[in-house]
Amino acid sequence: MNTWSRFNIVSVVLGFAFLYLPIVLLVIFSFNESKLVTVWAGFSTRWYVSLFNNQGLMDAAWVTIRVALLSATVATVLGTMAALALTRYTRFRGRLLFSGMVYAPLVMPEVITGLSLLLLFVAIGFDRGFVTVMLAHITFSMCFVTVVVQSRLLSFDRSIEEAAMDLGATPVKTFFEVTLPVIAPAVLSGWMLALTLSLDDLVIASFTSGPGATTLPMKIYSQVRLGVTPEINAACTLLIGLVAIGVLIASLMTKRREVQRQRDEQAAFAGR
Amino acid sequence: MKSLGNIRRSFAPWTDPDAKPFITFRNVTKRFGDFTAVDDLTLNIYHREFFALLGASGCGKSTLLRMLAGFERPTSGEIILDGQDIAGIPPYKRPVNMMFQSYALFPHMTVESNIGFGLRQDGMPKNQIAERVAQMLKLVKLEKFAKRKPHQLSGGQRQRVALARSLAKRPKVLLLDEPLGALDKKLREETQFELMDLQQELGLTFVVVTHDQEEAMTMADRIAVMSHGKVIQVATPAEIYEAPNSRFVADFIGDVNILDGKVSASGNGKIELATSDGFTVRTAAGHAPAAGSAAGFAIRPEKLKVTRAAPVDASVNAAEGEIWDIGYLGDMTVFYVKLGSGKVVKASMLNAQREVEDPIAYDEKVWVSFGETAGVVLKD
Repeated sequence: MNTWSRFNIVSVVLGFAFLYLPIVLLVIFSFNESKLVTVWAGFSTRWYVSLFNNQGLMDAAWVTIRVALLSATVATVLGTMAALALTRYTRFRGRLLFSGMVYAPLVMPEVITGLSLLLLFVAIGFDRGFVTVMLAHITFSMCFVTVVVQSRLLSFDRSIEEAAMDLGATPVKTFFEVTLPVIAPAVLSGWMLALTLSLDDLVIASFTSGPGATTLPMKIYSQVRLGVTPEINAACTLLIGLVAIGVLIASLMTKRREVQRQRDEQAAFAGR
Repeated sequence: MKSLGNIRRSFAPWTDPDAKPFITFRNVTKRFGDFTAVDDLTLNIYHREFFALLGASGCGKSTLLRMLAGFERPTSGEIILDGQDIAGIPPYKRPVNMMFQSYALFPHMTVESNIGFGLRQDGMPKNQIAERVAQMLKLVKLEKFAKRKPHQLSGGQRQRVALARSLAKRPKVLLLDEPLGALDKKLREETQFELMDLQQELGLTFVVVTHDQEEAMTMADRIAVMSHGKVIQVATPAEIYEAPNSRFVADFIGDVNILDGKVSASGNGKIELATSDGFTVRTAAGHAPAAGSAAGFAIRPEKLKVTRAAPVDASVNAAEGEIWDIGYLGDMTVFYVKLGSGKVVKASMLNAQREVEDPIAYDEKVWVSFGETAGVVLKD
């Protein structure tokens, strides 16, 4: 069953090389002494130092973080509301149309989303900048939140809401004391997804951004067009590290919760 | 003094014409689109009564309970609780609490805060909540589990948490939706008696929905047998079993043999019936259908006697047949006797002794007989 045949080994090595070689190269060259990206001249962290002194990049990073936090939060509120409406009010007219329309941005080419948003902002005479990028990110990340929360709501036992109301909780209190705490993990992962999407969006931000609201991906892209500098490699390495740590923590937490749950259940059924 | 069945307690406000019902459903109808779940139903439930709604799934019993809880609004008719029409009152303002079939415990709260949830909604002071919660935990014997979460409990423990939570607010009426459905048989039997004791101790009105007739018979003061949104019979368990008012109820509760025939004589509280399978049935009857009309006669298997010898008067309430099948169930033996007409009747005999002298065997000719008060003439 578990034999490591030569074929298996080759497949695994090739597969992982295909996925990670470019990233590994990028990380290695971020520690390169030389200014030339493709020539190794010894280990150094000087590009990290110069990265933190590069005001343009740091400003862009700050814009990106603010946009991501704000847009993810608003998108989570709106997306959760949409998910609730779609799963709860199953009998309203045009429900099918609505759920289809919520999903559309998932498959919509980003260029089209970006362009249509740009046209809208121009049409209503809205000055492009920080706010427009944020609005655009809310628009396209909201549906991802909806999908995540909706799938949780489908398996949600509604009798616990009825129980809460039966015990005297008003519908609003029921939502905040029972429904929301129970679906919180899904809402949180929806928020994280929205955050990630906003962090690495380039296309839509390029369409909807204006002066003074350059995001990090936009900044990196424009600098690379003038030639790749090891500074960019350093910035990317930091981003990779951040994402990797996030993923690691998330999966460790899930794993631990799973183990704990199994232990609890065994204890309960073993009696006492 | 004779009575139907063994009576558990002398409690019968429904026989008192002056008693005021605690809960009244008056001409209540509930429709879901084209489907009529509850159909022009009228029903009275009394204070401190243990009332069971019994029926197959889809008969409307759960809808009735949910209307009482406030989760569904009747399409027409009124529901009166303690003198007040509650049809328009939302569930969170009603003085009733419900125990859910799935228990519906809040997974993110400990046992303690589950039980205290309703009290917190009422804005009860913290020390009083703690006191009441401790009291409820003691009542359901879960003191040791106060800090656990629902997923750390076994099924029986969860059931008791659900019960404690629904009782914590001291509701006027406790609604129980299949309260023991998820428990295994042994635990179910124990819990039935616990529930009955609790109900008497607290002096509450219980309305329980169940599809398990044994459960309803054991626990309830009265049972409403429901079918297709209508109540077919409301009576004590003994009346339901021994004096069913219809073919449906006779057939639904327990095992029964129904003999169809024509009324040949009627009068003096007695009635004679010539059945299509050769019986001449003479029986006491509460009502007297006219001679010549068709009638059904229901008799329970345990009230049929199976003997080799012919009874003294073989001309009434007796017929000859042949053993068709025998089922040995341990506590009793069931004989399937094929009558001359080809109809198979079921007779059961308690195995009061371990050893049987010369037992009746397959294919033997036997007599099936019964007494004048053993069966009941059905009204339809």
